[in-house]
Amino acid sequence: MTELLTNPLSLSIILPAAAGLALLAVPRDNEPLLKGAALAATLATLLVTLKLYAGFDPALAAMQFRLDLAWIPAYGISYALGIDGISLLLIALTALLMPVSVLASFSYIKEAQRGYYVCLLLLEAAMIGVFAALDLFVFYLFWEGMLIPMYFLIGVWGGPRRIYAALKFFIYTMAGSVLMLAAILWVVAAQHAATGVWTFSIPALYGAALTPEAQFWLFAAFALAFAVKVPLFPFHTWLPDAHVEAPTAGSVLLAGVLLKMGVYGYIRLAVPMFPRGAAEFAPWLAALGVTGVIYGSLVAWTQRDMKKMVAYSSVAHLGVVMLGVMAFEPAAVAGAVLQMVNHGLSTGALFLLVGVLYERRHTRMIEDYGGLAKVMPGFAAVFMIVTLSSIGLPGLNGFVGEALILFGSFLAYPWLASLAVSGVVLSAVYMLGMYQAVMFGPLRHTENKILKDLSPREWLYLLPLLFFIVLIGVWPNPFLRRAQAAVDSYIQLAQPYPAPPDTLPAVVVRK
Amino acid sequence: MEGNYYPLLKWILLAPLAGFAVNGLFGRKFLGEKFGGLVGSLAILVSFIFAALTFSDLLNLPPEYRLLRDTLYTWISAGSFVVEAAFRFDPLSAVMALIVTGVSFLIHVYSIGYMKGDAGYNRYFAYLNLFVFFMLILVLADNPLLMFVGWEGVGLCSYLLIGFWYEDPEKASAGKKAFITNRVGDAGFLIGLMLLFGLLASQGFAAMDFASLEKNAPLLTSATALGIGAPTLICLLLFFGATGKSAQFPLYVWLPDAMAGPTPVSALIHAATMVTAGVYMLARLHFLYELAPRALEVVMLVGCFTAFFAAVIGLLQKDIKKVLAYSTVSQLGYMFMAAGAGAFSASIFHLATHAFFKALLFLAAGSVIHGMSGEQDMFKMGGLKKEMPFTFLLMAAGWLAIAGVPGLSGFYSKDLILEKVFEHGGPAVWAVGVLTAGLTAFYTTRLFILTFLRARRGQGHAHESPLTMTLPMAALAVLAVAGGFLLKDRLFIFLEPLAAHGGEHSPLAARLMMASVGAGLAGILLAFPLTLPDAAAFLKNSLSRLHGIVFRKFYVDEIYGLLVIRPLKLFSDRVLFSLVDAGLIDGVLVNGSARACYAAGRALKRAQSGRLDIYALVFALGVTAMLFWII
Repeated sequence: MTELLTNPLSLSIILPAAAGLALLAVPRDNEPLLKGAALAATLATLLVTLKLYAGFDPALAAMQFRLDLAWIPAYGISYALGIDGISLLLIALTALLMPVSVLASFSYIKEAQRGYYVCLLLLEAAMIGVFAALDLFVFYLFWEGMLIPMYFLIGVWGGPRRIYAALKFFIYTMAGSVLMLAAILWVVAAQHAATGVWTFSIPALYGAALTPEAQFWLFAAFALAFAVKVPLFPFHTWLPDAHVEAPTAGSVLLAGVLLKMGVYGYIRLAVPMFPRGAAEFAPWLAALGVTGVIYGSLVAWTQRDMKKMVAYSSVAHLGVVMLGVMAFEPAAVAGAVLQMVNHGLSTGALFLLVGVLYERRHTRMIEDYGGLAKVMPGFAAVFMIVTLSSIGLPGLNGFVGEALILFGSFLAYPWLASLAVSGVVLSAVYMLGMYQAVMFGPLRHTENKILKDLSPREWLYLLPLLFFIVLIGVWPNPFLRRAQAAVDSYIQLAQPYPAPPDTLPAVVVRK
Repeated sequence: MEGNYYPLLKWILLAPLAGFAVNGLFGRKFLGEKFGGLVGSLAILVSFIFAALTFSDLLNLPPEYRLLRDTLYTWISAGSFVVEAAFRFDPLSAVMALIVTGVSFLIHVYSIGYMKGDAGYNRYFAYLNLFVFFMLILVLADNPLLMFVGWEGVGLCSYLLIGFWYEDPEKASAGKKAFITNRVGDAGFLIGLMLLFGLLASQGFAAMDFASLEKNAPLLTSATALGIGAPTLICLLLFFGATGKSAQFPLYVWLPDAMAGPTPVSALIHAATMVTAGVYMLARLHFLYELAPRALEVVMLVGCFTAFFAAVIGLLQKDIKKVLAYSTVSQLGYMFMAAGAGAFSASIFHLATHAFFKALLFLAAGSVIHGMSGEQDMFKMGGLKKEMPFTFLLMAAGWLAIAGVPGLSGFYSKDLILEKVFEHGGPAVWAVGVLTAGLTAFYTTRLFILTFLRARRGQGHAHESPLTMTLPMAALAVLAVAGGFLLKDRLFIFLEPLAAHGGEHSPLAARLMMASVGAGLAGILLAFPLTLPDAAAFLKNSLSRLHGIVFRKFYVDEIYGLLVIRPLKLFSDRVLFSLVDAGLIDGVLVNGSARACYAAGRALKRAQSGRLDIYALVFALGVTAMLFWII
């Protein structure tokens, strides 16, 4: 049992969870201690994940840092953890965004602080747990476990319509997860019927003995649950409401990490477990992704609330990611994995920046601003870099992921990939439109003339994100290399039949 | 030809990057105005020196070995998609790098004087250095994707510098328009690259560097896409990107608005360097275009049309910078005409001479604007010859060079282009080119007369600009006068692999030259009487409808707004957001199902009435039904 603490992977889950529970013992009104402890716990977790990052061997295709403790042996349920390169990157992203979120909450959250930081820490444990779980039962527990703290973060510390948004978020996600639970039980039962062994182990269930028809329906059930989370068009309408009402840190984690859970679910579970089902659905899911790119961008363009605009831009960004994941091409999938990290960085930073403005002016409406570059030059520079990252300017992180996805998926879906390029234009339209309306022009509102530039604390939590935005743009290869083996094995597992013949783009007909 | 490893190459790029970092991070606090301009200019000078050193090393190599390479690291690698951060210095890159760093240095020095006293002084030099950095990436990159980094990077700097005085919403909008219009082109460019990579990768040749592409490009000839040859489609898509960056029809609309930026920026980015990126790209990928004669035809026709169309609009502009902007669009059209005729080295030749004389014209215009305290309307100028004698003389050099006066730089390059176009494009295209040459001479003469000659029409007095501004102009004037003569043969020998249709002249050359020189002289001579107030008013009244359309720039901006932007925004707002998103998906499906559940609950609530007799009845019915079913 000591392995629970000596295995760094397990420790990165237990540490924030234990810290969260310990925080309950701190007196309610001891603000400095609450904040300090929350920050220390998230930083400690970050250190643990750094150890994971350093100790990870990119050459190995197998799961690393494995832990397998029997839990309910009668049904083959065990507390099984392990990560490959994809999980590694997402766990690192989560651990990076947590201290940032805590720092961003110091002045934003003024009420019921103890409960707030407890929720944040429990959420961190559950998020890392999802990325680390190698047992379906444990995966499901963490998956649902994320919902509860997030529900409270929106419902208690959110904006005026927080109850509606929290309930919508909860029920929407829950409706999907219930289907997934049914599918999980079915798979396990089917595997038991075929082999006589009870197991919830994810790797053991890859290639489970299932008829093509069963694969079709099981994939559909999983796909729906994950589509809600991504969110894939048309299952996205919970997202703008949740983002608008959530506190800054809630939005950062929602966009930065929770949305990745859906895509991660496809990569870790739905596709490798039901490759034949996946093969049938993949073009449709890719098409929905591309629909999301165009639709999300166009709708984002019409928004007047900054958070809502960023929320719809997420629909577009994650749509591209889905295109990459469903292309089953090495470059496209690697790009999708990298783009998940990129989206976490750039959209996380965007929500932080909107939060910075909201704390000063208590409005998120674009028309309430204008000309801020004059009074907040530091903020203007950061906002510009993040905007450019979000629209995929070469040299920054967003471009690398986007280019890999587009070039890679062009081999599988030339038409869809070409359509997805329209996102390049549309993202510039709405993001630069917002930037101009907020930062440029004359200072129309007198209230804005006295706005203060970024404080040292705000610089402190924005700089790490900027650092990675530039680093991944200029030198993405260390990150890509860590994901490489996992990407290759994903593609291998996704093959419904043994190696297919070389595929030529469908538009191309050789003479 | 593998190319020699040449580690000095990266320093050409790193100097401007360092300049950007120093001015961007510490400029305002530590450098101030005193050192900011100095640091910015020195960074470019260092870059120029490195480029010149590299150039001389390149010249020392025998012609067939003239390729220097510097690979820094593997930038992106996933599956078969591998892109190196690698740079190349071959004759074409060398010419571009020298023009970029040389002209940039002069314009940096000029800016020290021009931007004096501006609140954003250090920010200005930071952006300008960043621009040079990206422009050098563009011309030195060894693969199309890295080239795209420079391609979009210069677009970013253009955006930042057009909207440099961001407090003016119109200027900020002009920057945004430039960026978005360019992105429309870039989307085509990206799809073209995707198609190129996809087709080659499917045949097992995924290498993306230019040398490999040149070697593997012939494999594409047998492939078709969308019913036309793959090389043709790829080249057209890439060219669409060029119409954005190099302001050709239909995407030229951003360039005239880009004049909102500081004038040295217009000279550097929107005349001498960035807007020529499309021309450079075509020359760089000449091996692809040579496989696609149909695409080259399109390039030539688009260039020809743009050259003429923009020159016509330039005839009636009142703003001195707008005249030069349309002139730039028109001259870029010439370069594409040359490229379309397969005469890539002629297009690079015109690119070089245009960089000299157009940068000079813009700087001189800037000097006039500076001297007139910000006035840009030519109809409020006049008679500046006396107050600004240096500017007057220097601008005269630029004016005569662009008008095609024999012996000056514009004459040699334009003449060569027209000759090549006659050979490969036929007399009709050539005739439009000659006509455009006449129009060019006319509108530049008009500009010169309205600004410097005759009597002053506006108020206020003007003053001559400081030496920091006039000296760089003088250097450019020397190049504008003598550059054509100096380069005309050397450049073609140097660019030899490109010069498939090189510098040799056709038998008709002398007669063709007479025609184009005649057109230019006619333009100059006609401009003198026709710009007299009475003559101008007479023309305006007798051709009032035509005048209105041309003066309104053929309503192209309005048409785009009415046909594309407004409908799309309206559709997004009314249909997608209000109807589909809020109405159908969220209203009917999501909240509708919630309401349906609620309604069902309310309906079923009645069953739980608490009346035992009804419960008993239902129970009995249920048991009966089950028994019936079992038996």
